[in-house]
Amino acid sequence: MKKISLEVNGVQENQEVEVGTTLLRFLRDTLDLTGTKEGCNEGECGSCVVLLDGRPVNSCLVLAVEADGAKVTTIEGLSPDGVLHPIQKAFLAHTSIQCGFCTPGMVVTAAALLKECPDPSEDEIRKALAGNLCRCTGYRQIVDAIRDAAAAMRTKEAVREKVSA
Amino acid sequence: MKAEADGDDDAGAEILVSTEHLAPFPGLGRETRIKSQCTWNVAPRGGAGKRGLMRSDLDYVVPSTVEEAVALQAGSSGAVYLLGGTDLLPQMRAGRKDPGRLIDLKRIPLLREVRETEGGGLSIGAAAVMADVEIHPVVLARYPLLAECVKTVGAWPLRQRATLAGNVCNASPAADTAVALLALDATLNLVSAQGRRSIPVSAFFRGPGQTALRPGELMTDVILPAASAGFTGSYLRLSRRKGMDLATVGVLVGKRNGKLTLAARWRIALAAVAPTPLRVPDAEQVLEAKGSIAVWEAAELAVAACRPITDLRGSAEYRRDMVGVLVRRGVVGLG
Repeated sequence: MKKISLEVNGVQENQEVEVGTTLLRFLRDTLDLTGTKEGCNEGECGSCVVLLDGRPVNSCLVLAVEADGAKVTTIEGLSPDGVLHPIQKAFLAHTSIQCGFCTPGMVVTAAALLKECPDPSEDEIRKALAGNLCRCTGYRQIVDAIRDAAAAMRTKEAVREKVSA
Repeated sequence: MKAEADGDDDAGAEILVSTEHLAPFPGLGRETRIKSQCTWNVAPRGGAGKRGLMRSDLDYVVPSTVEEAVALQAGSSGAVYLLGGTDLLPQMRAGRKDPGRLIDLKRIPLLREVRETEGGGLSIGAAAVMADVEIHPVVLARYPLLAECVKTVGAWPLRQRATLAGNVCNASPAADTAVALLALDATLNLVSAQGRRSIPVSAFFRGPGQTALRPGELMTDVILPAASAGFTGSYLRLSRRKGMDLATVGVLVGKRNGKLTLAARWRIALAAVAPTPLRVPDAEQVLEAKGSIAVWEAAELAVAACRPITDLRGSAEYRRDMVGVLVRRGVVGLG
């Protein structure tokens, strides 16, 4: 067992974990943050994507011990106090969800993309999400939702700048 | 189809799968043994009921210098270096590797650096992640072929962990970054308890998963030489899906114009069509001697250089044909 200390969704966590425990299992089993899903468990499907120090990573390919000292944001951390993130709102508006299993990974990856690239083209969105598989609906509504969310977030940002200016 | 557990029910169950539908491909038997994809779905070895992944006595150490890392490796049997873990962790979970200790190199500051060398080249630290390499300004300005290849590996989140050094050490015949490193005459810097050495990437690959790395040896960085700056071109890659799939065939064609048309330099390297990624110097020379008019000759030389196998991604015949097609397409695209 190893002691680790990391910040998850703004909360400091000090825990003991087995070396073989992935960040994914740690989040789900130890911290009960079950929004992050386990799909393939080998980095192919993207259901388990979380932000590790701001970067989107497959949490099934990260050991919990490797995240010692890091800041982790899960899908739960994107909607503090139950207020949905603009990407989540857009997913609802476009019905980009059927069974919902891939959705947390999609939303977290999209959030990372929009932070780096606030106005992505369709091609950029598809490339960034190439590692997030959806087996229900296809990707049309998902891509549309992310484009809409990007526009909404840019508008919000512009308003904020105007107000503070 | 019959399924048959191999008796060891805690991991790595092998399943016999009928492959009658593959009968047109002479290289494949009627039945092939595949490793179950669902080994993670059962209790871990030594685990206490919860799904973990590996042996419960697995040790994990975090050296802060290269010297410390090498000493930790020399001092224990069954220790392996850990970079991004994107290959290693699935291999451990599938039972193909079973180390007793992981030596995490990611917290060694020196290994995370990407910096220009005194000779005007670029040093890419072993722990620098692909997502950073593919957008590094020096890579984009002087070694764009490398960025072309790196972008095709896995998906964006995967490349936030995966490293060039890891891709090279894993030595897959389909390693996408290896073709760029071969084309750009990269050098690999290695260190072990016996000292430091540098070897050209062309001498590194020995076969699938086989490299010139000695036991306990650690790769510190990959050097792209100043003399290889300025090649542009494309990595033409066929796969069953546009993202997140290994290459069925990969062909890198690079060119750097000289002052005279015939002074142009060419680079051709192939992935997934031989036991190792390979470069085709004959094809490059014929293009350098005759110009792109020799495209058919160059393509034939590339086809002759490859030794593909038939597998789930494609037959040997298909791969050989596609090498010719892609070399021609790449050369014509560059004029």
